[in-house]
Amino acid sequence: MLLFMAIVLPILFAIFIPLAYRSIKSIHTGWFVLLAPVLLFLFYLRFLSPVQQGEAQLARVSWVPSLDFYFDIHIDGLSLLFSLLITGIGSLVVLYSIFYLDKTKEKLGNFYVYLLLFMSAMLGVVQFDHTLALYFFWELTSISSFLLIAYWYKRDASRFGALKSMMITVSGGLMMLVGFLTLYVLTGTYSIRETIAQVDTIVTEPLFTVAVVLVLLGAFTKSAQFPFYIWLPDAMEAPTPVSAYLHSATMVKAGLYLVARFTPVFAYSEVWVWLVTGIGLLTLFWGSLFAVKQTDLKGILAFSTVSQLGLIMSLLGLGGFAYLVTGDAVETFTFATFAAIFHLFNHATFKGSLFMVAGIVDHETGTRDIRKLGGLMGLMPVTFTIAMIGSLSMAGLPPFNGFLSKEMFLEAVLGLLHADISTMTVAYLVPIVAWVASVFTFIYSIYFVWYTFMGSRKEEQLPKVPHEAPIGMLISPAILGSLVILVFFIPNVIGDWLVKPATAAIQSTAFTSAADIEFYIKAWHGWTSPALWMTVGVVVVGFLLYKVLPKWQPIYSKWPERFTLNRGYDSLMDGSLTWNRALSDRFMTGSIRDYLVYMFAGMAILGITTLFTQGGFAITTEGLAPIRLFEIVLTIILVGSVMAILITWSRLTAVIALGGVGYTVALFYVIFKAPDLALTQLVIETISVALFLTAFYHLPKLDKHYKGKEDNRFRLGNFLISVAVGLTVTLIGISAYAQRQMTSISEYYKETVYTEAGGGNIVNVILVDYRGFDTLFEIGVLMIASIGIISMITLRLQKKKKGATVDEIE
Amino acid sequence: MKSNDLILQTSTRVVFFIIFLFSIHIFFAGHYTPGGGFVGGLLMASAIVLLLLAYDFKTVKEVLPFNYLAMTAIGMLIALTTAAGSLVFNVPFFTHWYDYFDIPLLGKTSIHTAMFFDIGVYLVVVGITLTIIEMIGGDN
Repeated sequence: MLLFMAIVLPILFAIFIPLAYRSIKSIHTGWFVLLAPVLLFLFYLRFLSPVQQGEAQLARVSWVPSLDFYFDIHIDGLSLLFSLLITGIGSLVVLYSIFYLDKTKEKLGNFYVYLLLFMSAMLGVVQFDHTLALYFFWELTSISSFLLIAYWYKRDASRFGALKSMMITVSGGLMMLVGFLTLYVLTGTYSIRETIAQVDTIVTEPLFTVAVVLVLLGAFTKSAQFPFYIWLPDAMEAPTPVSAYLHSATMVKAGLYLVARFTPVFAYSEVWVWLVTGIGLLTLFWGSLFAVKQTDLKGILAFSTVSQLGLIMSLLGLGGFAYLVTGDAVETFTFATFAAIFHLFNHATFKGSLFMVAGIVDHETGTRDIRKLGGLMGLMPVTFTIAMIGSLSMAGLPPFNGFLSKEMFLEAVLGLLHADISTMTVAYLVPIVAWVASVFTFIYSIYFVWYTFMGSRKEEQLPKVPHEAPIGMLISPAILGSLVILVFFIPNVIGDWLVKPATAAIQSTAFTSAADIEFYIKAWHGWTSPALWMTVGVVVVGFLLYKVLPKWQPIYSKWPERFTLNRGYDSLMDGSLTWNRALSDRFMTGSIRDYLVYMFAGMAILGITTLFTQGGFAITTEGLAPIRLFEIVLTIILVGSVMAILITWSRLTAVIALGGVGYTVALFYVIFKAPDLALTQLVIETISVALFLTAFYHLPKLDKHYKGKEDNRFRLGNFLISVAVGLTVTLIGISAYAQRQMTSISEYYKETVYTEAGGGNIVNVILVDYRGFDTLFEIGVLMIASIGIISMITLRLQKKKKGATVDEIE
Repeated sequence: MKSNDLILQTSTRVVFFIIFLFSIHIFFAGHYTPGGGFVGGLLMASAIVLLLLAYDFKTVKEVLPFNYLAMTAIGMLIALTTAAGSLVFNVPFFTHWYDYFDIPLLGKTSIHTAMFFDIGVYLVVVGITLTIIEMIGGDN
């Protein structure tokens, strides 16, 4: 319960934030908010030691037990690492936002409520063992992220970015939900741990691959992998603390968490490992390539986030190979997982600080456009230092933590070559792609710092006079920056306490506990290490390419606009609207005649196909009554009247012919021995013909209104459909008669009409006694009809009195 | 438009009562021979329509000062009460009951609760038919 309370603590906090915002104006609301993540961070720190010993924390809160829905909490190394990142960076971001967002100008109540909502959601995602509970909080992250991106909702770009991220992440989330349900179908449990226990039995099922792909779609959309990354650059319209928190350190890592969490289940599938590795590498390459094109500080960082997420994703994919191989190769691939988790941690530190730097630059100069910036080093020395640390770490240079994880990454991709699994020649591409992507990573990291802080000052282009940021704004990035350096010098502390328990959770077959893992992070691998020479190559080639950057950067503008993914998204969104509108305009014509055509055509087609495909058609001559002269004569009159209705041009003729039909039917009742029906039919027919005549007396003349329109002309389609409907009904009638399954219950009525009901007229006794219920409601129907007529006529009269014209009423 | 409809009006005075009695007859005979509340009601309504044709709305209203909407409602109420009355005797909804009685003048007669239900139907049918005709015809 305490663990559950910890997850929802931010939401509970969020309830009081608007109160604090309204009533306490003198203190920045952020200071109250800060309490929640700090408390939680300290709370989760307590678990470090037990989790490292392999004692997972478990808790259960029931929600819908009858549907097997529990909030099952399971904190192992992986969940703990994420929880600490969420609360730790959360604290720093809240601290930063206190100085970033103005107390008087911004709606702080909204901001912190959304942020706390997001924090709870994220903690839920990484701690729940129950897939539906995970999905629940997963969507909560999408929603809170949507709210945060559109925080400045009066800007068009904010709303566009929010909608885009919502559409992409939620559609992925729905795919993931289907994947989870597929898993439930396979295993009968929603628990991830129990699914892992059953993995042997489900891995051969065909549905397993379906679940793999669907869950991966969820992870890829959330973690901004290719080709779903397009929402992330647009999400940069959010306030910078949000970008730093959601779009670099936490939410985008939810997809990575999902991949890591499900590795013990899905890594047995080759589809999974190759997809994760392949898409990861593609994203890494693509993101780094296009980061250099950006001119917006946050744009560069967004693409670099995409690229780095791809890197981690590909490492997680490589780690999945550990489940497919045996022997020494297992160690090679588990090392990839280790590297992935380490880089995940490192990325959160340096990317968080870089976003905060971008925010400071924006805040102090008024622009994030890299073309207007330059020469800020002397003006903002502290910011510059932090930016330098973050960028060089991102580029993978010593003495920063990025160097360690980048080396490990290169080693891991090289490991793919040594393993037996790499029979596919495509495996040789992997290190090359990784290396090229690293070169571009180096270029954009340098590009980011140099263009902002070096070169000549262009103060006249800046909206504000630049100066160093206030100390409070610098605290958070400074802490993250110091972590970047600190981790380089004592990497194994992080490795032992955070990375190894997480790796043990992912590689649950290779390691039973964190103590089994013997990897040791070291900065120096010796001269023979290929990763070292690859890094040297990255630096040399990257530096040379950076020097000639202005020469080749224009190449990007040569890329045709038509083939960009954003254009694809836009045309999909616009297209789905226009296509749907065009489609519905086509068949929703507004004409009742058309709708009747659909209904009758559907009825005829369904009726006839069902009748013949299901073998329902039958015809019999058995038990038919002999045909009498009366009937033949009456039928001829009936058909004649009906034809008259169809072909006549005069309404009066049609009404009279309809009356003829009615009286003929009454005569049929007479010869078929139904006196009650005949009586009623005669009277009703008379009244309805009189009403028809009343109605038509008031109608405009046909010729006057329809002259030239030929509205009564013969339509072949209508003719065919009406013939088909008539045929359908006739055939069904014949078949039904031929296949009577049981005798009628009328014998019962005949026998009991006098003894039970004390009557002689069966029809009337049925109406008032046996089935009086029907009659009761039929007179109800009549009553409603008369009330309807009253209201229609009197309301019309009242409106007329008020001076409205007839056209307005109609 | 007032024309001299003397023949029509005079014959209507006679024919009205014939139709009226026929309607009553068809109503009461309904349980044993063709007829019943529905046809009886329609016939009664047509008798009044005949009056309407021969005279005019105002005259008929003076002679037969009924509120037809109220008549519909009363008929519905009678029908419902008959159906629901069985509940009082702890039998299912719509259970009818009948017996024979020696009534002075009429002799041995059966009284059937279905008749009360039929009276409800009769009143509803008369009520709605005349409401509709009054509504449409009176709209001038």
